[in-house]
Amino acid sequence: MLGKTAGGLYWMFRYLERSENTARLVEAGFRMALTRSAAAEDEWMSVVQTAGVQNEFLAKHENADAPAVIDFLLRDKSNSSSVLSVVEGARNNARLVRTALTREVWEATNECWLTLKDALARPVRDRELPETLALIRQQSALVRAALHGTMLRNEIYDFARIGTFLERADNTARILDVKYYVLLPSVMFVGSSLDNVQWETILRSVSAQRAYRWLNDGDINPRGIAEFLILDRRLPRSLAFCYTKIADNLTYLADDYGERHGCHETAENVLSRLRNNTVDAIFDKGLHEFLDGFIRDNNMLGMQIEQDYRFYG
Amino acid sequence: MERTEGIFDEMLGGDDRPRSPYRQYHDWFVAEDTARLTRKSKEAETFFRRTGITFNVYGQEEAAERLIPFDIVPRVISGREWARLSRGIEQRVRAINAFLYDIYHRQEILRAGRIPVELIASNDAFLPQMIGVQPPGNIYTHIVGTDIVRTGEDQFYVLEDNARTPSGVSYMLENRETMLQMFPELFANIRVQPVSDYPKNLRRSLGACAPAACSGKPVVAVLTPGIHNSAYFEHAFLADQMGAELVEGHDLRVVDGRIAMRTTRGYTPIDVIYRRVDDDFLDPLNFNPQSMLGVPGIMDVYRAGAITIANAPGTGIADDKAIYSYMPDIVEFYTGETAILKNVPTWRCSEDDSLAYVLEHLDELVVKEVHGSGGYGMLVGPAASKREIAAFREKLKARPGNYIAQPTLSLSTVPILTKKGLAPRHVDLRPFVLVSPQGINITPGGLTRVALKKGSLVVNSSQGGGTKDTWVLEE
Repeated sequence: MLGKTAGGLYWMFRYLERSENTARLVEAGFRMALTRSAAAEDEWMSVVQTAGVQNEFLAKHENADAPAVIDFLLRDKSNSSSVLSVVEGARNNARLVRTALTREVWEATNECWLTLKDALARPVRDRELPETLALIRQQSALVRAALHGTMLRNEIYDFARIGTFLERADNTARILDVKYYVLLPSVMFVGSSLDNVQWETILRSVSAQRAYRWLNDGDINPRGIAEFLILDRRLPRSLAFCYTKIADNLTYLADDYGERHGCHETAENVLSRLRNNTVDAIFDKGLHEFLDGFIRDNNMLGMQIEQDYRFYG
Repeated sequence: MERTEGIFDEMLGGDDRPRSPYRQYHDWFVAEDTARLTRKSKEAETFFRRTGITFNVYGQEEAAERLIPFDIVPRVISGREWARLSRGIEQRVRAINAFLYDIYHRQEILRAGRIPVELIASNDAFLPQMIGVQPPGNIYTHIVGTDIVRTGEDQFYVLEDNARTPSGVSYMLENRETMLQMFPELFANIRVQPVSDYPKNLRRSLGACAPAACSGKPVVAVLTPGIHNSAYFEHAFLADQMGAELVEGHDLRVVDGRIAMRTTRGYTPIDVIYRRVDDDFLDPLNFNPQSMLGVPGIMDVYRAGAITIANAPGTGIADDKAIYSYMPDIVEFYTGETAILKNVPTWRCSEDDSLAYVLEHLDELVVKEVHGSGGYGMLVGPAASKREIAAFREKLKARPGNYIAQPTLSLSTVPILTKKGLAPRHVDLRPFVLVSPQGINITPGGLTRVALKKGSLVVNSSQGGGTKDTWVLEE
């Protein structure tokens, strides 16, 4: 396979994953703002931060009010991570790798772009927001479904999956990192209703509130949340889950090509650090430090994969 | 259906009874509910948009991707008509290849005085870098799209020989696919020759032209300028259908005297490049040094016989509009036969007598730029305003050598489906020809382009033309 094609697949699926994650972040922020208006602006700012576009946002806007943030994250073409930008990015990459995709995957991607371009052609009003966010998630789910249902399990699939899980791991780690202080034990807030809402928001950002309640009989506490999102291999958005998948797919590539690279070692190191860790140990050494290190490793892995598989000339 | 006086309609001919190739289709059409057909027509558009069968329009920011309008009424050609057409096309394509070989080697045709030397020497389409080069299999034009127009029952003319990188074949294939999906009952009853073998034949034909350096199964790649090119969809489509890699210049480099592509596992050699990049951009070391689309050094590899480039660089000299007027001589010179397909009479404005005549008759003629394509920069006299003609006259006088003129042909019409039912519109035809040392293969039919505006003679998609499925009936 061409290095360019591998890169195109990787980015196509990173972007699709990002569109879904951004929709989820906006949804969590919107819900938070509905339930408690006092600190709404802080909440919206942390949403912007989590999306990793703080500087770009502040260059255009003074205040993080709901309409500004929502518009910036969903529609603003000057924000390279807005849903509209990444869906276009995904589709452009899909065009680039058209020969590697089944007709179903290509059409789902094209349809995703056509539909969302239309849905996001004008600013989204509050009462349309839930529907629009659902549409964004549904469209990327359709592409994923076509991928699962129609593609060969070969190198093409591997690069698509690696892109998906690198992006997802980055997103989950960022959600936790922006809110890490909410999860730290603090005399002032413990047990207050404020904490509860914040914790719910974290779970909601990864669509895990219901699963968490089922597994924990409704007992929401910060360590439990951190453990769930970092270490639980059953949760498809946890760091451990994402790295299990990344390591698997990289191993398939190594077996296929009969060649291991630096990226394999990095992925396996990160994975073993996640497997052999406990939430207590993470908190003892510092949650923020742990997440910060993880985000850096994750970025480094991305760059190694680019080089090892010759995405660019 | 409304009729236009003096114009040959391929469905209804001279009277109101359908011509024989159209009889079965016409019976079916008359029995159909027009509302259902209109609905089908909308469905086709949705299908094209969803599938992404679009072309990019240069110089337009928004809506940069457009659909080529598709008309659901097929253009039908009888097996007998096609047999004659394809014989004529084959003859012409053979002559073109022989001409190219000659013009880049001994230049017998110039020595014989059949073509003026200046026409070649001063022509930008002539590539001195190709002189003495032996292309693998001695094939220059692996893929040709011969544009043909019709003016009557037996009158066919070749309008252009597209011998560089003819496009449109993906539309031929997708149009048929769409028709098969929408109207399976038609194909059950009418025996239409299939076109779906084209990608397989293209792959085989290109493979048969692999250079001697190739051992084993030839590796074929399609070279595209990238996703912003107007025909990108077609490049991706053909690569996909052939199971070939779709590469851009920056995916390729010269490795150990061969052209190799960067894969996830290192550089792998390629044997045949089906390039959809113009000559000028092919190799910044040998041609345009600014080009980012090509591969530095590919011409040196080519001259050493280690890569096949399809079509060969320099084929433009054969479809140049100034050369066009000599095609009957070229066919005769190399095949010893009279050309089966006629040329449109052409005035070369470089010649004083011709120029004088053309300036006299601008309002009756079609004047084209010698090096132009895509219907840009041409004057359609009868459709032009006085002011347009006056402006064109100045351009023509300033650079007469840059233009040729032809009579406005009464192009045949084929009906399209409009809100008010069938209406005649002018069409042309681009059959697709594959050439390899194993022989010449012409896909039955080709791409029918149709001018959607009433009375318009310009069928180019960049100027609002549409397409139709083209049926060649089994005999």
